[in-house]
Amino acid sequence: MKQKFVKDPSTLMPLFKDGQKILAGGFGISGTPLTIIDVIAASNVKNLKIVSNNLGDNGIGLHQLFIRGQIKKAIGSFFTMNREAVLAWTKGELQIDLLPQGTLAEAIRCGGAGIGGFYTKTAVGTELANGKEERVIDGERYIFEKAIKGDVAIIRAKKADQLGNLIYHTTARNFNPMMATAADVVIAEVDEIVEVGEIDPEHVVTPHVYVDYIIQTAYQKEGGQYVKQRCSI
Amino acid sequence: MSNKDVRFKIAPRIADELEDGQVVNLGIGIPSLVNAFIEGKEVYLQSENGLLGIGPPPSQDEFDIDLINAGKEPVTLANGAALFSSADSFAMIRGGHVDVAVLGILQVDTRGRIANWAVPYQPILGVGGAMDLVAGAKKVIGAATLFAKDGSSKIVKELTYPISGIRFIDLLITEFAVFSFNKEEMVVNEILVDMSIEELSDKIGIPLKWRELVG
Repeated sequence: MKQKFVKDPSTLMPLFKDGQKILAGGFGISGTPLTIIDVIAASNVKNLKIVSNNLGDNGIGLHQLFIRGQIKKAIGSFFTMNREAVLAWTKGELQIDLLPQGTLAEAIRCGGAGIGGFYTKTAVGTELANGKEERVIDGERYIFEKAIKGDVAIIRAKKADQLGNLIYHTTARNFNPMMATAADVVIAEVDEIVEVGEIDPEHVVTPHVYVDYIIQTAYQKEGGQYVKQRCSI
Repeated sequence: MSNKDVRFKIAPRIADELEDGQVVNLGIGIPSLVNAFIEGKEVYLQSENGLLGIGPPPSQDEFDIDLINAGKEPVTLANGAALFSSADSFAMIRGGHVDVAVLGILQVDTRGRIANWAVPYQPILGVGGAMDLVAGAKKVIGAATLFAKDGSSKIVKELTYPISGIRFIDLLITEFAVFSFNKEEMVVNEILVDMSIEELSDKIGIPLKWRELVG
């Protein structure tokens, strides 16, 4: 059995390189791989293209990478609350590709499923359809959207077994299962790592085939909020 | 009436439109207030971030930053809730499996097309699930105060804000009246204030007519 569990997350630093496209799970802070993002921050890699719903929140999560100037382009659905990112965009310091949330999710799903793209009725006739191929199918208008794949996917789950089977926690699941399928290297940050066989096969959401590395999160919940426990990175 | 009172007047009127057994997605803003007025109704609230069955707001002990709605507010799981990924969630939305989407709107034209995601010449750069809900929900109810902060009517002949999709909404609920859109024509279903339809027409600057009651 390949040893996927990595005790010291900082040893994963060489996996990150300048200019990579990184798929990052999370919706706001919910389901965000905070420890892996700390590793990326410490690695100081630059010109990253980040695919994520938004760019974290107030110095937490991906917002940290933005503040440090590590992000060149953000591909997501909702940057309105990331005021500084919007400002950077107006100054031309940050590129943003805005996609409807469902289109973003489906593009990543397709990326991991060997599908080159798909036709969707979402955004037909809007500014977000500009430059996109339109086609009428059974009398309804659709636009073409390309699939999205990444160099690295960083995802957050609740529990992994040593093989890399994953289960998630409530709405922290969000984009994580699709992202786990759509990148060359997949790193999962989890609360708990158990022996093979301890997760009921009926409950597995992400099968182990997709996962390359597993780390234990350095964050624990206190009063429902994440608080960093270990400071190894 | 303060703006807050107005919003709380619109929310219960929206709740009246919801029926037992429906799967309902409540958007951000006024729609999110509807939750407080559906007690006793068996509706299943869907959240774009992967939840069918939003429960009541959490107590301090129950609070969990991972368990949130699409507005990133903390929620709980209702009895019988189901959890799924964002891709599954939007398959549910686009695929026509959500009965009603209640969406906050910035503008609606007299045919029922809406703008609810961006303001012209302002960097918003957020769309979230708005366009997916417009395109996919079986029924779309627009919710808004009738006038913007600058006093302009949100009902317009032609949208000046960026459009959210080519689909026509079904119903618009404001603090003054309930409007419906049928075959691309706007009619008044109900006036909620002490005002004639002519006075309301003058206020909006658009001729209005009552919905014809089909015998």
